[in-house]
Amino acid sequence: MAKFYTKEHEWVEVAGAQATVGISEHAAHELGDITYVELPKIGKSVKQFEALAAIESVKAASDIYAPLSGKVAEVNQALEEAPELVNQWAESEGWICKLEGCDSAELSALMDDDAYTEYLKGL
Amino acid sequence: MEDLKATPLRAEHENLKALMAPFGGWLMPIQYSGIIAEHKWCREKGALFDICHMGEFLFKGDLVADGLEGVFTFPVSTIPVGRSRYGFLLNDAGGVIDDLIVFRLAGDEAMIVVNAATTGNDFAVIRSRLKNPAALTDISARTGKVDLQGPLSRAIMVEHFGEAIRDIPFFKFIKTAILGSDAIVSRTGYTGELGYEIFLPADKVPELWRLLLEDPRVAPAGLGARDLLRLEMGYSLYGNDLDETITPLTAGLSSFVNMDKEFVGKAALERELVQGSPRMKVAFKVDSRRAPRHHYRILHQGEEVGVVTSGAFSPMLSCGIGLGLVKPGAAALGTRLTIRHEKVEMEAQVVELPFYTGGSLRS
Repeated sequence: MAKFYTKEHEWVEVAGAQATVGISEHAAHELGDITYVELPKIGKSVKQFEALAAIESVKAASDIYAPLSGKVAEVNQALEEAPELVNQWAESEGWICKLEGCDSAELSALMDDDAYTEYLKGL
Repeated sequence: MEDLKATPLRAEHENLKALMAPFGGWLMPIQYSGIIAEHKWCREKGALFDICHMGEFLFKGDLVADGLEGVFTFPVSTIPVGRSRYGFLLNDAGGVIDDLIVFRLAGDEAMIVVNAATTGNDFAVIRSRLKNPAALTDISARTGKVDLQGPLSRAIMVEHFGEAIRDIPFFKFIKTAILGSDAIVSRTGYTGELGYEIFLPADKVPELWRLLLEDPRVAPAGLGARDLLRLEMGYSLYGNDLDETITPLTAGLSSFVNMDKEFVGKAALERELVQGSPRMKVAFKVDSRRAPRHHYRILHQGEEVGVVTSGAFSPMLSCGIGLGLVKPGAAALGTRLTIRHEKVEMEAQVVELPFYTGGSLRS
């Protein structure tokens, strides 16, 4: 499945109407040691690019924005005890939450893998 | 970053791919492998820190007659040769111009070690207070300093630099030769672990750095780890927990102030002792892994009572920890506090210091 990325370094992977959300490997690396993830509440509805969750590293606290509109269907509870999973596997086991009711038309506002790679080069 | 000063170890840090950032006017390594890994290495083995940015002044003269005795909050003429003492340089209002350590090198000689960002101002202030200003020289540029901290540091130092190091007690130092140069090895540090501060000529520091890093028990640690280590001990950081608007009494550091001697700022402290401090240092633990950070607000029973001066996630306690200044009514042990910043809110409780008690500091 293809991943799409936001300019704020979230990734999303869509399967039907459900989407898995996380932060990119680049973002996890830049943040350094991640010490806390504020997971969103299940059932919370968000619009694309609205604040969805928060993440803290030793260095800083940052918001995580929703790459797509939808409703929070599931959160990665493993991050409560082991937020460092985001450092180790940002784009797989370190996922943050799953959204449902997503509209894949919104993907057009995101970058695909190649576009994101290019975007990172320009930073 | 062009106007930043660099230590003699800049090329070493770049070779080690350290993340570099400005700190107190210097370009300094924040981290190498990662802040938490470096922090744990220091708690378990031996961590090596570049501290060349800190300032050193040499005083040569009569400590009393030339006026050094009246400059700091602690007595200097009674420091035995071979010992060091921590305390403050204050302004007239009792605010902290800097926190520093004085090393008694000889009967008529003392070295004053100060924070990097304040070095220039400290030198001017101290000099202006001396009866014989010529007694003070700024030796910062030619003096290098690295710290080796951690439970294995004694074994490492003894193996590399000789048996004399084995018996240095806490807050004492020896003069010795390292790599053929005059050096001072001091049993001090700011991490809560057994450790040494090594002063030697700046041009010898890269060689010492490389030599120590060849030892598999030694790993470099940056300012990120250093900040977490000192905070776990509850030690004050100049610029956060201390500044010219905060007195040592407010900061909970009265044990480094001797009210039986004369020093600039004493009258203000006497007034504070009579009137009481409007705010007090507080140490608190957060109920979650969330980190309180500098300038977050502190609330008690819904009322804003103060501000966080230092805060972080503690790798050893696996929770947020912080220091702050609050109204006296909110400082008692066990008091429940709320820490707030924008959308972030966390619950906390006032605790005793140090946060981390497992250190090898006095072993």
